[in-house]
Amino acid sequence: MEISFVVEQLLNGFQLGVLLFLLAAGLTLVFGIMDLVNLAHGSIYMIGAFFAATMTLALDSFILGIIIALPMTLVLGMVLEFIALRTLYSRGHMDQVLATFGLILFLNELVRIIWGPAGLAIPLPLLLDGSISLPLGIVYPTYRMFIILIGIIVAIGLYYLVSKTRLGMLIRAGASNRTMVGALGINIRLLFTAVFGLGAMLAGLAGMLIAPINQAQIGMGEDILILAFVVIVIGGIGSIRGAFIAAIVAGVIDTMGRAFLDVLLLALLPANAAEAAGPALSSMLIYFLMAVVLIFRPQGLFPARNG
Amino acid sequence: MIKQFFTAAVILILMSTTALAESIKIGFVTTLTTGAAIIGVDQKKAVDLAVEHIGGKMGSLDVKIVYEDDEFNPQKGKQKTEKLIKSGDIDIVAGYIWSHVLLASAPVVLNANKILISANAGPSPLAGKNCHKNFFNISWQNDQTPMALGEVLNQRGIKSLYILAPNYAAGKDMVAGVERTFKGKVVGKDMTTWPTQIDWSAEFTKVKSAKPEAVFTFYPGKHGAAFLKQYAQAGLSSTPLYSVYTLDSLSLPRLQQAKMTGVLGTTMTQFWSPDMDNAQNKRFVADFKKKYGSYPSFYAAQAYDSIFLIKSAVEATGGKVSDTNAMRAALEKANFPSVRGKVRFGNNHFPIQNFYSREVVVDSEGKWTTKITGVALKDHQDVYAKHCKL
Repeated sequence: MEISFVVEQLLNGFQLGVLLFLLAAGLTLVFGIMDLVNLAHGSIYMIGAFFAATMTLALDSFILGIIIALPMTLVLGMVLEFIALRTLYSRGHMDQVLATFGLILFLNELVRIIWGPAGLAIPLPLLLDGSISLPLGIVYPTYRMFIILIGIIVAIGLYYLVSKTRLGMLIRAGASNRTMVGALGINIRLLFTAVFGLGAMLAGLAGMLIAPINQAQIGMGEDILILAFVVIVIGGIGSIRGAFIAAIVAGVIDTMGRAFLDVLLLALLPANAAEAAGPALSSMLIYFLMAVVLIFRPQGLFPARNG
Repeated sequence: MIKQFFTAAVILILMSTTALAESIKIGFVTTLTTGAAIIGVDQKKAVDLAVEHIGGKMGSLDVKIVYEDDEFNPQKGKQKTEKLIKSGDIDIVAGYIWSHVLLASAPVVLNANKILISANAGPSPLAGKNCHKNFFNISWQNDQTPMALGEVLNQRGIKSLYILAPNYAAGKDMVAGVERTFKGKVVGKDMTTWPTQIDWSAEFTKVKSAKPEAVFTFYPGKHGAAFLKQYAQAGLSSTPLYSVYTLDSLSLPRLQQAKMTGVLGTTMTQFWSPDMDNAQNKRFVADFKKKYGSYPSFYAAQAYDSIFLIKSAVEATGGKVSDTNAMRAALEKANFPSVRGKVRFGNNHFPIQNFYSREVVVDSEGKWTTKITGVALKDHQDVYAKHCKL
């Protein structure tokens, strides 16, 4: 096995990981701070992709498209919070699941009405098309490298925001004791709207980054939302750091499973059985990881809440 | 006098309503929501066009189509099929894009002694030992198109092949098909989780390190466009890509929109192509383009054919649609103008037909479409037919 093969697969895992992180970051903040289970988070990811695709096609520039689509998803998130989700904070988790599931159906249908069932495809920006050569004979698609880079920049930015700024302090305080923050005279409602908008923008960004690889497509959020939930359960609900580490671990494990498991199984099983078991097992690996974490650390690896 | 006039009027009204009630009701199950809706919508367009072309009549009967949405889900497909059958007045059930949806739904129709016509899915069990006297398929058996592709690979002297396909009923049939005819070596094979996996970065890295002469793939619907984009982005454009049911009139406009010029000139196999030269096909393609502004897909072609097939049977039986035995005998003759030219049914009620190699080209208006480049399999019957005791 060549070293470049292993490194390229690691990069693939990282790329999936940072994408999961962008989704999970918003999800974990909303769940951790507002105690809201938001299944419609994936729909925001989808709409972010549609916003970016529409803007890219209209302006003929992917970068400009993203720059305009980001504030659009921020506003969309805040409007959703203000109209629909605000009323759910005082309800139980089951009500929230039902209501936000309804929101998924509503938003999917809305997208179908606006953009049609076909979805939108956008070209890669010329600058990012093609591959870059790295040492050790590694050749990696430029655009996927770009995703990794953006993910790392966002992770650093979020780390700075959460641990060094006043807003971050409030977010952390809100995650550990919401009532106390309210009692100290902080406008919790405003804080919630801001956090929700931020989470929505990150999910939208993930959708925008994936749009040139796949395409903006109805239902794309549901496919990846479950993984994002797994990530926040592993990482510890409410923890940005946990979400980042868990996302990278999940991304790498999933990719490595797909890359190596069938070869390993081939050594143990007859070819037919290995071919069938390989993909089935590798798609289960992340859930195994979650099960193990839940057995030994039910609060997740980096729990944010302590009481 | 007045009383007599009223009686006559009432009788006339009654007669005219019974005349109106003379109709054939066709249940058409396809996918009209979810990301796969694009296929179902294309089929629905073709059925609507076919009904328009036959003037809304089959013999003396008015045609009524009842569309049901399977939501790309076997359970839902079965429920909707049950709903159609239980409504009591459906004469024939047609449609079904997905093999797993069809396999779940078929018993519902067949147990009710109704005719079932698949307008796309052709899973091997229904072609072989579980074939049924009332089941017809107007498309192909899943294995046939990839078998034709294996032949094309042999014709072009390809020695090593990497296979990428989704891990579900049709995916396995496609892989089995190409492996049955391809004489070279399969140097790698990945079956991916369906339908959730839509990123192939890990698999493409494996392809690069395996260095095959060609790659074979099967990803229908939205997966196809994503697969092709990522294939080029992964720097694999120099490895020729051979596909079945991946590049079609649904994915090509979006690939063109995304400027994926890498797909131009790639080869696939198919039983039909929009450029086929026969009167039925010319009318179908021209009117489809005029009405909807795009090329019809092969899904649409099959759906269009299914209406003409039903019409031929209705006319042959003189409109006795409820006589399942007579209808079956008439359907078996396949006496209808098909957009693919000549077609007949084998003992298992699957078509015996030609398969062609076709290539992605730019048409005279600058639109991307496909063109036939040669015959891959002539008058071909599927390999499961011999297990069918009909």
